Amino acid sequence: MRIIDANNITEEIKRMVIEANYFLPEDVMKALENARKNDDWKLSQDILDKIIENARIADTEQVPMCQDTGMVVVFLKIGQEVIIKNGYIGDAINEGIRRGYEEGYLRKSVVGDPIKRLNTNDNTPAVINYEIVPGDKLNIMVAVKGFGSENMSRLKMLKPSDGLEGVKDFILETVELAGSNPCPPIVVGVGIGGTFEKVTLLSKKALLRDLDSYNEDPFYADLEREMLERVNNLGIGPQGFGGRTTALKVNIEYFPTHIAGLPVAVNINCHATRHKEVTL
Amino acid sequence: MDYKLTTPFTRESLKNLMQGDNVYITGFMYTARDAAHKRLVDLIDNGKELPIDIKGACIYYVGPTPAKDGQALGSAGPTTSYRMDAYSPKLLDLGLMGMIGKGMIGEEVIEKIVEHGAVYFGAIGGAAALISKSIKSAEIIAYEDLGAEAIRKIYVENFPVTVIIDSRGDNLYKRGREEYLKRKMQRKEEGKSNMED
Repeated sequence: MRIIDANNITEEIKRMVIEANYFLPEDVMKALENARKNDDWKLSQDILDKIIENARIADTEQVPMCQDTGMVVVFLKIGQEVIIKNGYIGDAINEGIRRGYEEGYLRKSVVGDPIKRLNTNDNTPAVINYEIVPGDKLNIMVAVKGFGSENMSRLKMLKPSDGLEGVKDFILETVELAGSNPCPPIVVGVGIGGTFEKVTLLSKKALLRDLDSYNEDPFYADLEREMLERVNNLGIGPQGFGGRTTALKVNIEYFPTHIAGLPVAVNINCHATRHKEVTL
Repeated sequence: MDYKLTTPFTRESLKNLMQGDNVYITGFMYTARDAAHKRLVDLIDNGKELPIDIKGACIYYVGPTPAKDGQALGSAGPTTSYRMDAYSPKLLDLGLMGMIGKGMIGEEVIEKIVEHGAVYFGAIGGAAALISKSIKSAEIIAYEDLGAEAIRKIYVENFPVTVIIDSRGDNLYKRGREEYLKRKMQRKEEGKSNMED
């Protein structure tokens, strides 16, 4: 048994939401620089240069890299031997967001009710996903998700007979429909399998995987490579102005599914897959 | 081509712009996005006066982050424009001449752009910290209760945009992509992998 203070969780969340918004992850910067090197279309090069410059300004001046500082999505892996004291973990997380968005000069982008649409003015609540795991550690993954790209995401319950080709077509169709809207170059997170809700979580988790990583299963790693190539053959390009670099990476996660189904979800992100992780 | 333009815009000042041109805008413009547009159009529908001077105006679709000390406005990149499609035709009819955002807009809006000789510009989505540097002053002039979505009158100097839909209705998203794919195909036929020229 191990005791973790809820106040620590609040402090870590506050730090992570600010840092996620100011500092582009290293794997993303590397992917952008590679894309810049390999894209020989002048218009694309100019835009990639500006996106890289923007990340450097945000980093040096400690300002948000994007005005859409996102809705906060939290993935928790709670060791079953952990006990949280001094408060409820969900409250501790939302308090961290409240403080981080105020002190970090971040935009408050959450409305309390999807129909009545009144801003909560502190960017809470977060979407929190809880998972109980073995051990005595608490792992917290924080993502700040912008909605220009979230709005372009799609889910489809394919038939088993649609097979691999059906999955590939759905991914390409989703990127095509998104076009210039999600601020390409994008990152494509794909979930395959599970159930209606599971497949979307898989696609979100896929987005949080490093851009220089591949699925551990060689079949899915190859599929990631193939789909990135095909996405980048669409010609949408940075900002949709035409060019090679439509996406920096396609990440795929899968899960067992029902004999009658083949769920597939495509979660789109802009180039900046803003996230931070800590283990307490 | 590169152009420098000042606001307010007129049919005349926009007529030479073509899709793909880079434009540096100086002058006053307004910020407004989803919630503010809804209120503006509610006013129009009820025959009431708008809180902004719409004749020749340029609206920037943005919800900025709060300003830090020394900034006029925080990070301020464009938001996705199609969400304003339901509202912008009515504003174009009243004299709106420029819109700045990102992403494709609807056919009905493009028709209105052509009818009035207006232009739809794109700012770089995701370059919010960079764009913020060309915003020199900002003042909330309506709907303060909307926070980031309030209407602000901002003064910009050499604010960098690209023409997406020009006053003839030509479309950079379509043309740019076609040109890239055409060139790619040509190079492939010529057996070259490098497309630099």
